[in-house]
Amino acid sequence: MWTYVVRRTLLLIPIFFIISVVVFALIHMVPGDPIDSLLGPGSTAADRVELTAAYGLDKSLPVQYVVWLKKFLTGDMGQSIIEKQPVLDMLVYNAPFTVRLGLASLFISFFVGIFLGIISSAAKNTFIDYISMIIALLGVTVPAFWLGLILMLIFSVTLGWFPVSGSGSLSALVLPAVTVGLGGAGLIARITRVSMLEMFNKDFVLLLYAKGLSKPAIIFRHIFRNALMPIITIFGLRLGWILGGAVTIEIVFSRPGVGSMLLSALYRRDYPVVQASLIALTMAVIIGAFIADIMYAYADPRVRDAYK
Amino acid sequence: MVDAQVVEKKHKSPWTIILKRLSGNKMGVIGTILILCLVLVAIFAPILEPHSYKEQHIENMNAPPSVNHLLGTDDLGRDMLSRIIRGARISFVVGVLSVAISVLIGVVIGSIAGFYGGVIDTVLTTIADLTWSMPAILIALLLVAIIGAGLESVIIAIGLSYWAQYARLIRGQILSLKSATYIEATRALGASNYVILFKHLIPNSLSPVIVAATIGIGNAIVLEATLGFLGMGAQPPTPSWGAMMSNGTAYLFISPWVIIFPGLAMMITVLGFNLFGDALIDIMDVKNKESI
Repeated sequence: MWTYVVRRTLLLIPIFFIISVVVFALIHMVPGDPIDSLLGPGSTAADRVELTAAYGLDKSLPVQYVVWLKKFLTGDMGQSIIEKQPVLDMLVYNAPFTVRLGLASLFISFFVGIFLGIISSAAKNTFIDYISMIIALLGVTVPAFWLGLILMLIFSVTLGWFPVSGSGSLSALVLPAVTVGLGGAGLIARITRVSMLEMFNKDFVLLLYAKGLSKPAIIFRHIFRNALMPIITIFGLRLGWILGGAVTIEIVFSRPGVGSMLLSALYRRDYPVVQASLIALTMAVIIGAFIADIMYAYADPRVRDAYK
Repeated sequence: MVDAQVVEKKHKSPWTIILKRLSGNKMGVIGTILILCLVLVAIFAPILEPHSYKEQHIENMNAPPSVNHLLGTDDLGRDMLSRIIRGARISFVVGVLSVAISVLIGVVIGSIAGFYGGVIDTVLTTIADLTWSMPAILIALLLVAIIGAGLESVIIAIGLSYWAQYARLIRGQILSLKSATYIEATRALGASNYVILFKHLIPNSLSPVIVAATIGIGNAIVLEATLGFLGMGAQPPTPSWGAMMSNGTAYLFISPWVIIFPGLAMMITVLGFNLFGDALIDIMDVKNKESI
């Protein structure tokens, strides 16, 4: 088991390098120049040259990358060109908001998704099955921002149950988390349903019925536990969806967070900030998949024993 | 009599079988009807529109739904129903074209990886897995920032964001088919790699790709709207549902119908593609259901 964990951890290092190179290259392909937004009216060409050199933007791309990487590895992510503060500070301030939103949405999508998946598989091809699958699909049929705005219209503006925006209280987290969570719930519900249905046809399930076990006992103690494996795998791989949803939802509910930080930096071509927040989001996705892998190995005795 | 039955079975084309199974799947039938409605609305948009989709009537701006304007008017006094009908065309085009781009890239990369194996496979699979685990919105956002906003670049960006799923699917299929007896027989007959890959392996690997593409059209339509909301989508005069919704964001508290109705239209459309795709999974007996 530990060999497996170590091997998977070491694999994160090359992945980090690939991602940093790709992100670096892509960002520098974006047309436009952060220096444009810094130069005041009446500035001369000499000012431009001076400013460009000050931020190291006059060097060739590979050189810029090496300079950036060296600093990054010592924990220095550079200065924001627009905000004039260390990128690390911005990230440290914003990340907890995204983590909170991400974890809350994760919980909601698991809870709602597994619930809907179990009842629809237990009631296959009945009215209940259809209704719960349509509910599960609703989260993926509309853009998250639309769902967020409609929920805001109903629950904040009309009913006044939750604040329209902000991030201070727990109640301000409810609507954003439900919005993002419903998007993931559809996926979980479908996978739960499919893998539960596959288990229903297995011989061991027939044996459990023959033993005289009740249907709920079979579903929860046997089928669900076996059906959990694909749920863990797929979910680890699709964690990015949750984070992708969080990016737009932070804008909708005007929450601070890595997503809103990334977008405002992208509009203003603030390279160091875009770079750091993209790498943070990407690594979060990769580490999520990594944790899911470890969980999978731990939960499946076959994988666990293979690395003993 | 037994012989007659056998002969009758032989004459059934795969399409007949799929159609027959589809008609027995209630969710599939609903999905098919929804997609057909979208296609018909998209084709006959100019006839169906009660008003002009671009004519502005400032004196009648943000008007609530009424007999004359069933779904109200937007901030420039344009009829919402007509704009939603016209928007069906754009959504359909965005969905189909961007998925076509994804499928093309995915099939090429996935079949090369699966067919040649070895280092090529490891490299391509790693790239595909990394791309697949990324939020599509982040990839698309960066690409639109690079190639510039507008409907064409949105289609290209969405296409480039979703290819990895198809690459993974086709690779898996090819790996499992590669050692099939009929492929070995073809090879023994002297067929070249090219013939084996393009005439045998790829055509036989397409069914999960078709299913995933059906659902993918829905995802692409949703992504176009999200890009629009972030200011990176189709530009204002274009009546795309996404552009209409992001335009409506500013008037959420004044005239909520401007944002509600395009969203409902999108919900119904994308639901159609999802139901149809889900039904296809059952009908075509697709393996690796989880990856779709």
